[in-house]
Amino acid sequence: MTPAEIRSEIIDILDDISPDEDLDSLDDDKAFRDQLELDSMDFLDIVMELRKRHRVQIPEEDYGNLASMHSTVTYLEPKMKDL
Amino acid sequence: MYDTIIIGAGMSGLAAGIRLAHFDQRVCILERHYTIGGLNSFYRMGGRDYDVGLHAMTNFARKGDKRGPLAKLIRQLRFRWEDFKLAEQIGSSIRFPGVSLDFNNDVDLLRQEIRESFPSQIDGFDALCDKLLDYTDMDGDHPLFMRSAREVMSQTITEPLLIEMLLCPLMWYGNARENDMDFGQFCIMFRACYLEGFGRPFKGVRVILKNLVKKFRGLGGELKLRHGVSKIHTDEGRAVGVVLDDGTEIEGRRILSSAGNLETMRLCDDVSRVDVARAGKLSFIESISILDCQPQDLGFDRTIVFYNDSPTFHWAKPTDGLCDARTGVICSPNNYIYDSDEGRLPDGVVRITTLADHDRWCQLSDSQYRIAKVAQYDEATASAVRFMPDFRSRVIDTDVFTPKTIRRFTWHDNGAVYGAPDKQIDGTTHLPNVFLCGTDQGFVGIVGAIVSGISMANRHCLVDV
Repeated sequence: MTPAEIRSEIIDILDDISPDEDLDSLDDDKAFRDQLELDSMDFLDIVMELRKRHRVQIPEEDYGNLASMHSTVTYLEPKMKDL
Repeated sequence: MYDTIIIGAGMSGLAAGIRLAHFDQRVCILERHYTIGGLNSFYRMGGRDYDVGLHAMTNFARKGDKRGPLAKLIRQLRFRWEDFKLAEQIGSSIRFPGVSLDFNNDVDLLRQEIRESFPSQIDGFDALCDKLLDYTDMDGDHPLFMRSAREVMSQTITEPLLIEMLLCPLMWYGNARENDMDFGQFCIMFRACYLEGFGRPFKGVRVILKNLVKKFRGLGGELKLRHGVSKIHTDEGRAVGVVLDDGTEIEGRRILSSAGNLETMRLCDDVSRVDVARAGKLSFIESISILDCQPQDLGFDRTIVFYNDSPTFHWAKPTDGLCDARTGVICSPNNYIYDSDEGRLPDGVVRITTLADHDRWCQLSDSQYRIAKVAQYDEATASAVRFMPDFRSRVIDTDVFTPKTIRRFTWHDNGAVYGAPDKQIDGTTHLPNVFLCGTDQGFVGIVGAIVSGISMANRHCLVDV
C-alpha cells in the first residue's frame, strides 16, 4: 500500500468508528484527539480494525505512534507497504 | 474450541459478544433461560406487550452527542442512533411528604426546584456538582470512589431532607448497598439520572435486545438458549471450559461471566465454598397495571415518580414482611415525548416497584405465593396513590413479578437486582482467564450493563488473543 492508500484506509476506519465525524477537514499534522472526539476505546478500535482488515499487529508500546494522521501513516508505511 | 465463552445473554453478555464477534473471535453466549435479557426482558400475555426491568434508559443523549456512555456504546457496537431511537421523558418527580422536586433531562430544572424548595441549599448543590467524579475516574482507583456518598454530600448540603431526596432516585436506579452508597457509584448515577436523564424507545426494551441479538448473530456469534452452565472446569489454575446442565462439555480459551461474582465463583470446580454473606440483599417486587385510559387522562403526566412517605429514605431489605412499600417507584411508559409518527402506546400503563425480601417470598407455598402477589399488589398501589392520582378503578389487567421471578431470570443470589455491594471493577477473578461483566463488575442499568460488557471485552478478551 502507498502512503495515500494507507491514509484513505485510516479515514475509512475512522468513518466506521465514528460515522458522524467530519473527516474532510482533518489536519494530518494535528493530533486526532484535538480534532475528533476519540477516547482510548476508539484508539483501541483503530488498532483492532487494522488487525482485522490487514493482519497488521501493533504492540501496545507503539500506540503513541497513532497520535495524528501523519504519524500514523509514517508508522504504518513499513508494515503495510507489501500488502 | 471457542475463543471466548460468555455466560448469560443479558445486556452485558450480548454487548461483549458483539465486540468479540466483530473482531473475528469464535464466541458463544450460553443462557440458561429460554429467553434473552436476564433482568431486562419482555413478554406477551393476553394480547399485550409487557416490559420487565426497563422503566427508563438513563444516560439520555441526543443524536450527534459524542460524549457520555450512550454515545460510546453506539460507536463501540457500530450501531446507528436510529437503532435505539430514544424518546425523552416528559418529566419526573421526587416526592416526599410535603415537598416535591421535579426534574427532566436538563439539570437546570432540578436546580430551579431546589432553589425554590431549599433556597439555602442551592450553593451546596452546585458545590456537590463540582465535586462529582468524571466517567474517566470510574476505574475504582480514585480515592473518593469508596467514600460514603452521604458523608460527601453532607459536606456541602446541610439540609438532611434534601440529601434524602437526592439519594432516593439514585439508589433506586443503581445502588446494591443498603442505606448508603459508594460515592463513585453515586457519581455514576447522578450523571446518568440528573445530568443526562431518561429516555425510552417507543417499543421498549425489546428493541434494544433484538438489535443486540441481530447484530451478534449477524457477525457469526452463537447464542444458545436453554444452555445453563453448571460448572466452570479448571485445570492447573486455568479455566479450560464449561459443563452444561445436561453434562455436555464446551471448551474455551477464556470465559466472560455475567452470572455475578459469587455465582461465578460457585461455578468454578476449584472453589469449594463461597462467602454468601457478600451477596446483595436488595430485591424488588413490581406490579404492572393496564388502564382503560392513558395516565394523562387522569391528570398524571410524570414519567417516573420516586416516592418516600417519611423524611428519612429507607433503603434496606424489608425487616418485617414480604415487602416494604414505604418507598417506591412509579413509572408510566406512556409519559415520554414520542414522535408524532409513532403515535402513542396502545394501553395506559402504570408500573410500581417496591422493596421486597427474597427469602420470605421463596418460603411461600404455591398457593400462598399466588395470594401474596394479589395482597402485595394492593398494598403497593395503595401506597403509590398517595403520590399520584388514584388510578385503581381504571385497571383492566395486571401482572406482578417478585424476587422469585428475578432470581429465576437472573440467577443472582437473593434475587439481588443490582448484585453484590462490593463491585469487582477490574473484572478479574482468581483465575487468569475468567472475567466478570455485568451487574457485579460495577456498572448497572441498561446503558451501564452494555458499557460493562464492552469494556470488559476490550480489556480482557480482545487485546491478548
